[in-house]
Formats: sequence, C-alpha cells, structure tokens
Amino acid sequence: MSTTETPAPGIGPVEGESLYTVDNPAPLIEAPRQRTKKTPKSTRGNFEMAAWLFMRLSGIVLVVLVIGHLLIQLVLDGGVSKIGFAFVAGRWASPFWQVWDLLMLWLAMLHGANGLRTVINDYAERADTRLWLKGLLYTATVFTILLGTLVIFTFDPNIR
Amino acid sequence: MATPVLDKVEAEAAESPYITVTFRIRRFNPEVSADAVWEDFHLEIDPKERVLDGLHKIKWDLDGTLTFRRSCAHGICGSDAMRINGKNRLACKTLIKDINPEKPITVEPIKGLTVLKDLVVDMEPFFQAYRDVMPFLITKDTNEPTRERLQSSEDRERFDDTTKCILCAACTSSCPVFWNDGQYFGPAAIVNAHRFIFDSRDEAAEQRLEILNDRDGVWRCRTTFNCTDACPRGIEVTKAIAEVKKALITRRY
Repeated sequence: MSTTETPAPGIGPVEGESLYTVDNPAPLIEAPRQRTKKTPKSTRGNFEMAAWLFMRLSGIVLVVLVIGHLLIQLVLDGGVSKIGFAFVAGRWASPFWQVWDLLMLWLAMLHGANGLRTVINDYAERADTRLWLKGLLYTATVFTILLGTLVIFTFDPNIR
Repeated sequence: MATPVLDKVEAEAAESPYITVTFRIRRFNPEVSADAVWEDFHLEIDPKERVLDGLHKIKWDLDGTLTFRRSCAHGICGSDAMRINGKNRLACKTLIKDINPEKPITVEPIKGLTVLKDLVVDMEPFFQAYRDVMPFLITKDTNEPTRERLQSSEDRERFDDTTKCILCAACTSSCPVFWNDGQYFGPAAIVNAHRFIFDSRDEAAEQRLEILNDRDGVWRCRTTFNCTDACPRGIEVTKAIAEVKKALITRRY
C-alpha cells in the first residue's frame, strides 16, 4: 500500500494487511429478507394454515386409531401370535375395519408427509435440495397411499 | 459498616473482590481474514460486574480494535444482545458471577445474521421483518393526532406483555427456523405485530394477520420456546405467537 494521502492527525494507519482495495472490493453479502426481482409478490394463502390445523386434528384422530389398532393386533385376544392371513381377511370382511384402516392409512401418510415437508423446509438450505427431497417425499407418499387404498378395496380373501 | 463483628468484616474487606476471568471472544475482521477466530483475554474483574464491563475493560485497556454495540448499557436500548456462554443475552444485564467465571466466558455475535465485525451483525433483515408487520397505529377514519384515544385498563392489559419488546433480536437470533434461510419473520416481528393486533385502538389487525399468514409467517413457528428463554425482558414470546395463530384460525370461522 502506497500512502500518498496523509491521514488526518490522530488517526493511525489501519492495522493488518487489507484483503480488499477500491478496485477489489469486499464481496457483498445479500441480506436474507432483501426484496429482489425474484422475490414472489405474494406468498400468502391459507395452505400453511390448513396444513398446521390438519397436523393437530389428524394427530388427535390418529392417537385413537393407532392405539386401537395396536391393541387389537398385538395385545387383545391372544396377542401377536393370532395374526395371519385368516385374521386379516376376517377383519376386512367388515366395512367398519375397512374404513378404520383406510382412514388410518390416509391420515398417517399425510400427517407424516406433511411433517417431513416442514423438516425439509427447515433444514434443506438450497432450493435444489428442497425440490429433490420434496419430490421424493411426494412420490413415496402418493405411491404408498394408492397402493394401500387399492389393497383395502380389492382385497380378495379367496386369493390363491 | 457498624457491625458487632468488626474484626471479621475488616478481614473480608481486606481481601480483594477481584478475580481473574477469561473472556473467549469470537473475533472477525473481514479486512484481515475471511475466518472468525476465538481470542482469549484475561482480566481482573469484580464478579459482581457485568459482561459488558468486561468488554469495556478489554476495549479500553487491552485491545481497542474489539468491536461491539452498546448504547444505554442498562438493558433498555437493546443494542448489546450477544451469545454469551451459548445463550443469547444482553451483555449489560448479565452478571459475571451468574455465568460461572471459573471457566472461560464465551462471547459470540448473535446467530443467523451476517457478522460485520467481531460482535457487530447486520440487523437489516431483522428490521425489515419488523417494518413488514407495520408496527404503528392504523385507524380507519383518521390517523391524525386529533384527540386522545381512550382505552380501558383491561384492553391495555391484553397486549401489555408485548409492549415490553426492546428489539434486541435475542429472540429472533435464537430461533432455529430463522437460522435456516432467514426468511421467517421471526419472533420479534410477530411480538410487535401482536402488540397492535390486540390493541383495541388499532383497526388494521386484519391486515397484519394477513401478513403473518404468509408462508414464512407464524406457521413456521415450531414452538421450541428458544425465544421465550432468550428474551431479556421476560416476554412470553411463544405464547404471543400462539395467540396470533389462534386469532388467524378463529377470526372468520
């Protein structure tokens, strides 16, 4: 650094070697909330609210459904040893258990998928990572829900 | 001190109240190095003094390049929020004896905001979120200061807790959701929106609720209570956020 200009009295030279000069300025870090052309005008809508409410309500219903399911499958009337093809076939003969299992499948899958969606939103920092993780999540969710629903509705107890 | 046991008092007074404390400070100077480093300072200090007094001692006696913000130094202006021993606190409200002076006291800038130098961060994103919730009185007919706007003490009590905010950013910079991408409005902005949403004199509650219904609004709150723990004014921040959520759900249905 050639000091052609004389500093004002009382001001010492800057300590340490400067990494940046006038021609090579320090990189500008964009403020996170800064408005740019890419910033969407409105991200408002009731989806986040609906998702938040859904988590609470489905959670309450799932407590009943899942605990009931676990009791019937694993604890009551002989416990886990009684489970077999015949046991499942017998239960699904009744529309009540079909609706129970269908409801449990849909609520648990959507509840879990929405939970993972918020985890991805909170932890994935790059837009690309978010896109891929969420794509994978939605694909898996839709596949599981469709497959499960198909099985519940087309279940044939006489299958060979 | 006229106490009967004068001998003992004299003996205690003769002992120095000063102890040696290590301050481990996160230093960053973009003109010297792109990396932040820890630097230790050892100083003799009365444990009944505050962390801010220790920082002053360092800046005035040991290393004048240490940079930090402080204005009133009495817990009102909200300038000196920093991460002390891993917790967001005001340096001017934290006594050294309360944070285990036997071990080094770590002092870092608050997280989630760009560090400019040492303990100074860029507060602009924080204040941008604050401005976004319109933290001022809005009335339908006239905003002009024509006459006193009266309010019952119960109506005042409704939002009393959130009027205490000093905008120090201790809550927002302790929020793990804010750390991620900084797009979340943050607890401080929601607290200041709450202050007007539940004010009976204000008439723009609907507008503010609509702003906080944003994708990055109140629904990103995960109720981790970091903000309530961090608030140096003792505001129940998470409760205020929950009240805004409740208002959003119940306002129309």
